[in-house]
Parts: sequence; C-alpha cells; structure tokens
Amino acid sequence: MRFRDPQIEMAHGAGGKASRKLIEGLFVPILSGAATQSLSDAAQVEINGIPLAITTDSFVVKPLTFPGGSIGELAVNGTMNDLAVSGAVGKALVATFVLEEGLPTTVLEAEVRAMANAARQAGVSIVGGDTKVVEHGKADKMYVSTTGVGQLMPGVRVDPASVRTGDKVILSGPIGDHGITILLARGDLDFEADLRSDTRCVLPLIQALAREAAPGIRWMRDPTRGGVATSLNELARDCGLGITIFEENIPVRDEVRGACELLGLDPLHIANEGQFLAVVAAEYVELAMNALTLADGGQEARIIGEVREQPASAVLVTTRYGGSRIIDMLVGDPLPRIC
Amino acid sequence: MRFVDEFRDPEIINRTAEEIRRLADPKRHYRLMEVCGGHTHAIYRFGLKDVLPSNIELIHGPGCPVCVLPMGRIDDGLSIAKEQGVTFAAFGDMMRVPGTQGSPLEHKARGIDIRIVYSPSDALKLARANPNKHIMFFAIGFETTAPSTALTLMRAKAEGIKNFSVFCNHVTIIPAIRAILDSPDMRLDAFIGPGHVSTVIGCRPYEWIAVNEGKPIVVSGFEPLDMLQSIVMILRQLNAREARVENQYKRVVPWEGNRAALRAMAEVFQLRPYFEWRGLGFISQSALRIRDGYTPWDAEQRFHVPGVRVTDPRAAQCGEVLKGVLKPAQCKLFGRECTPEHPIGALMVSTEGSCAAYHSYEHRKNLLTNIHTVA
Amino acid sequence: MCLAIPGKIVELVPGSPNLGTVEVVGVRRKVDLGLLQDDMPVPGDWVLIHVGFAMSKISEEDALEQMRTLMMLGEADQAMDEVRGYGLEDHGNYEKLN
Repeated sequence: MRFRDPQIEMAHGAGGKASRKLIEGLFVPILSGAATQSLSDAAQVEINGIPLAITTDSFVVKPLTFPGGSIGELAVNGTMNDLAVSGAVGKALVATFVLEEGLPTTVLEAEVRAMANAARQAGVSIVGGDTKVVEHGKADKMYVSTTGVGQLMPGVRVDPASVRTGDKVILSGPIGDHGITILLARGDLDFEADLRSDTRCVLPLIQALAREAAPGIRWMRDPTRGGVATSLNELARDCGLGITIFEENIPVRDEVRGACELLGLDPLHIANEGQFLAVVAAEYVELAMNALTLADGGQEARIIGEVREQPASAVLVTTRYGGSRIIDMLVGDPLPRIC
Repeated sequence: MRFVDEFRDPEIINRTAEEIRRLADPKRHYRLMEVCGGHTHAIYRFGLKDVLPSNIELIHGPGCPVCVLPMGRIDDGLSIAKEQGVTFAAFGDMMRVPGTQGSPLEHKARGIDIRIVYSPSDALKLARANPNKHIMFFAIGFETTAPSTALTLMRAKAEGIKNFSVFCNHVTIIPAIRAILDSPDMRLDAFIGPGHVSTVIGCRPYEWIAVNEGKPIVVSGFEPLDMLQSIVMILRQLNAREARVENQYKRVVPWEGNRAALRAMAEVFQLRPYFEWRGLGFISQSALRIRDGYTPWDAEQRFHVPGVRVTDPRAAQCGEVLKGVLKPAQCKLFGRECTPEHPIGALMVSTEGSCAAYHSYEHRKNLLTNIHTVA
Repeated sequence: MCLAIPGKIVELVPGSPNLGTVEVVGVRRKVDLGLLQDDMPVPGDWVLIHVGFAMSKISEEDALEQMRTLMMLGEADQAMDEVRGYGLEDHGNYEKLN
C-alpha cells in the first residue's frame, strides 16, 4: 500500500485515514520495513535488557492559548498520555521549539511556564531540548515537539492481539471538549460557549486502573486527532474483531453536543486531550470501573461498548431503539456542514 | 436539546415502528423516495432502515445541492479565485468536492485563499473586515439557503460594500422532483418531502405531485420520530388509495411558506432559462441567477468565467444513482475506484450523498446477522 | 440545504435591528432575523436556525400536539384489540381515531 499522493495535504496530519495512509505507506516501509506491525502510541525498546517506552509528538495549534490550556500544556500532557496508554510511566521529556521570528518573548515565556507547571503536575522532568528560529511566516508563532521516555508499569501489557470478544470498552470521560474549544477559539465560526479544553495528564487514572485491574487490560489509547471513532477503528483493524458502541452511554457535554448539532459534526470524530479508551476483559470490568470512578478526575468514566465478532474490523454504533450505523475513521479534518 | 430530544425518544420510536409494521401490507413492496439529502443523512445516522420492515424501500432522491453541482461550476469558481486573486469563501460541504484541477482544499494547499464559512453573512463580514481583499462567496443550496444569500446581497448593496460578490449555484427543488417523475425507469409510491425547503416555499408547490401524479407526499421533519411519523402518514394514504400533500413538520413549516424569504429571493434572484444538473442533465427554469440590480455583486458578471463543461467519466453512474434507479453499491466504481477518500463522483464526496452515506454507514453492516439484540 | 437546529432567542442585539443572540444548549451565536421580519420573534421564542439565519418560529403547541399524537399510537392499538375482542369488524375507523 504505497503512498501515492503527489503532495502533502492538511488531511495527512488530521489523524484519520489520510494520516494512516501516509504513515503506513511511506514512513513505516522506509524506516522499519515491517508494514504489518500494528502502530501504537509509544514504541517499546530494550536497552541492555532494560525495557523502556519512548514516544514523540508535535503540537501545532492555532490559537496558541485557548480556554483550558495552551500549546505548552498540550505538549507535556500529550506525550505523557501517549506513554501512559502504552503502559508506561513517563520519566523524562525533551522538548524542541520551532519559533517564528518576531514571536514576543512574553508569549514564549508563558508557554515555557505552562510546560513547567504541567510537568510538575505530571511528575515528570523536562531534561533538555532544542530551539530553532525560522523566518517570519514559517511557523505560525511556535511549534513544540516533545519526546518522552518512560518505564513500563509492571503487569500491564497493551496489545490489540490480546483483545477478545466479550471484552468491554471503557471511556474515561466526556468527549469533544478539546476539539470544539479550539474550533470556537479560532473565531471564524462566531460561536461562543462555556467550554474548555480537557487537557490533562491521565497517568494517575491509568495507574489507578492498573492497580486494581492490570491483568484485565488488553489495549489502551488516547483519542486525540480523529477522535474516539478513529482510535476504535484502528483497534478494530488491528484485532480483526468488531467494536460495538452504545450511543446513549457515550458521555458528551451539552455544549459540545449543541455545537456538533449546529455544525453537523459527530462528537466521535472530535479530538480529545485528556481522555483515554481502555479495552478490559469482562471479568475485570467491575474492578476497573470502581478504580476509575473513585479516582480523582475519573467520576465520568463509562463503559461505552463491547467487542464482538461482527462487524469484523469495523466499529458499529447502536441506539436503544435498534438502529445502528457503522462509524468510520475520519478522512481529513472534521468540516462543518450545512446540508 | 429542546425540540430535538423528544423526537428521538426510543420508546416512542419503537411504538411508531410497530405501527409502521402494522400498517405495511406484507403482500406489497413500498418504494418511498426521500427527496432531500438531509433526510438521506438522517436515515443513515439514526439507523432508521433497521427499524423498518423489509418491504419498505427508501430510495434516495436528488436533493443534495453539492451532488448535483456540475464539476465545471467548481472549476469556474476556483479559476476566478486563482486568476483574480480573490478569496473563495464557501460552506464546509464544498471543501472536498473535486474539480478537474482539484478540490477547494487542494487549491488551498497550493496557496489560493480558501475560507470555510458557516453563513453567507460571515463571508460579508470578511469583506467588511478586509477592505483590500475581494471576498467571493460560492453559494450552493436549494430554497432553504437561497433566501439567506439574498438577504446578504441586499445588505451588501445597502451598505455599499464593493469587495464582495456571490457565485450563485442555487437550484430549486420542484424541477428536480419533476425530473424524477418524468424518468421512465422510476417506479415510486410516495415521497417524503423536504422539510426545510418547505419552511420557505410552503406545501402548495407539491400539490401537482398528489393531484397530477397520484403520489402522496408528506413534508417531513428530520428527527427519527418525524421521519417515522411521515412514513405512517404515507402508509395510511396508500392503504386508503389516497394521494394528498400532508404537513408532518407542522411545528416549523407554515403551509403558505415564508413570505419574507420569498420576497427577498424575488428581489435578488431570477430563474435561469436552464441549468445543468450533474447526473440529470439540463433542466429548464431550475436554478437562480442574480438579477440586474445586483450585477456588481454577481461574480459571474464581475469576473471572467471560463464556463467549461465537464462531463463525468462514462463509467461513473452518478446520474442513475441520483435518480434512484441504481443503488450506490450497484455502480461499477463504488468502493473500488470511487471511495470517500478518492471520490470520482459528487455523490461520494458530500456526506449526504447516497454513495458516501451508504459507504460510510452501511456498507460493512451486511455482515451482521441480527442487529436487533442490542444493549 | 437541510441542517437546521432549534435555538432560543436570548436577546435582541441592541443597535442591530435584525440580529438576535440565539442559544442552543449553551452555545451562542448572533443570528440574522431578517427572514422573520413579518412576525419578528422576541426573546424567549424558539426559532429554526440555518446558516446563521432564522428560518421559522417553532410552535410549541404543534410540537406538543405531535408528541400527543405519537404517544397515542400504542394506546389506540390496545383500544382496537379490545374492540376486536368484542367481535366487531371495525378496522376502517382506526385511521380516523388519530
């Protein structure tokens, strides 16, 4: 499945099908050659027998600051979360800054402070980094990229191949807050709502989950760009089974729902920066849910679905009255529609 | 959400579905066409086919303004943006529709100023805020949307805003329905009528469908209970051998329509003698152009428009799917050369286009044997 | 052409004769009320919003009436079963009950 598009489009960075095609069709074959490897949020490497997890992520967001956070927090939480859903406790981060000439120092300083705060809260150290300055107009003020290294949590193994029919799908909290906040903060659509990004480090929640239900955890992911639908489609594709989600169980804030209805968007496709999905074996689900809902910030966790044989490699959303629809990965960025 | 959640109540949906099963004659096969793309989208989004008996077939109609827009019109709009350096502003729905040189989003990647707007008034706002740029609003839509474009043009004229124009692709619904009924391959029992278009044109314009063609038409809302209730009303008419226009969407649709909206349309627009509809060919008196009093705001008068006609690839069967003669999966290109990621025809690009909706929401469901045992 | 959502007018924008602020479960936007100028809505009214314009006022009465009709569907069935139980062949009048 070679990547054949003649040029790079915005869609290739949106986290959905186009992104996947770029990664699977260009990056993976060239860099690792093993195109059939399932892609997870962090890679596991062994250095002299010591197992570590390593991951990297870049943050390109406009506007830089928005209700609930800023690029700095996203950069720390995002990488910590990628490690956490891979079963690792992030221990050290390095950060790269690509800064646009003319960026006010106050803006940079505010972001660095935000990162320091977020790192402190997450219990991780930012141990190094790099800075480059590019010409005015070449960087949208600033781009941040973070690379994180972490230690694997004992007893936690995350592998789509371990997913079985009957396993349950757990979601840590309401979806769509981040993506809709950003959309509204850009101002082009002229909507206002009392919404904030949900950016946070989910490591404590995953640690709570692991303490009570580690042997039951099959798979985890943080549904960032492309939303819950994209993450679950990736799982369905990787494990070959069907994921059924019960629509009425999906937690969505009223304002997110209202914005999505007005703009013709589906909350399942909207980015989140402070949530995670976990597939847990049925016999551990009660323990898992107890652990989560009692933990700080986990009260809104819900069981949103389960793994079934069919529809194979696809995700089905069902309603209480027996209606259902397949939900696919996003093709590009979610676009508002009027039809 | 008020006026939305009540009409999604699962208990009542179940009961209405039971009523449909009770009314549907098992010896009969019903073919109902929902005209509007928004209804097509609702059918898939709410999984309504799952609650209908198998002898009620829903056929998707041509009421998708993106789907019926000929590629040449997109090329024309984008070429104005490219040659004249103007900003191309359009609804999100247009952004991925392919022209022969690529979609608006692909043009954006090449440096053309393309903006997504939620409202034509937002495009005018852009013009006010950027006096050194010309903003061209690429207008699409049926009579639901045309009045908003009309009002926006009236405001632009009243304020004397010179750096704003509209490339008008508004079309009207009645000629599309007529084209369906005139099609020799079409066998339909009744219509689920377009609810939001009717808030503007009212219910009278459909009377000929009942009187001359003998088909019931029920103007329907878009929530699951609206559509199911409309089907109940249609079945009752069919069982009683009646053919009438009924208004299921009373809470929003006035029988006489919206006079102020119709006045605004009449002030700004007039009917084009004919217009090409993708898949349906040339239809007379089916589309709107901007009147002479508004010429300075008419992008087609202000800028040179190549006016190239682009024919669809012969293998693409968009026309037959649009008319409901073929199901999406019956088109030879469906799911192979033509997918939502690489659409060949517009029915695959628009999220309410039959092919895209079927591909995204239903295609892989065929593996399921029993969907009804859900949690 | 079809995406239109019900919203409540929370205030008329002072200084702009045709603009109102509409709210949909906490999401607010200024909406052009020009198409309803023959019967201008006031704060508290519910309108149908499409592309930033109010298309129509929503009638709460009609909405309630619709719900009543729908709720009666099942009950009318029960009533019919009773009637059938008496051995009276009276299917034809069912449609008229609703």
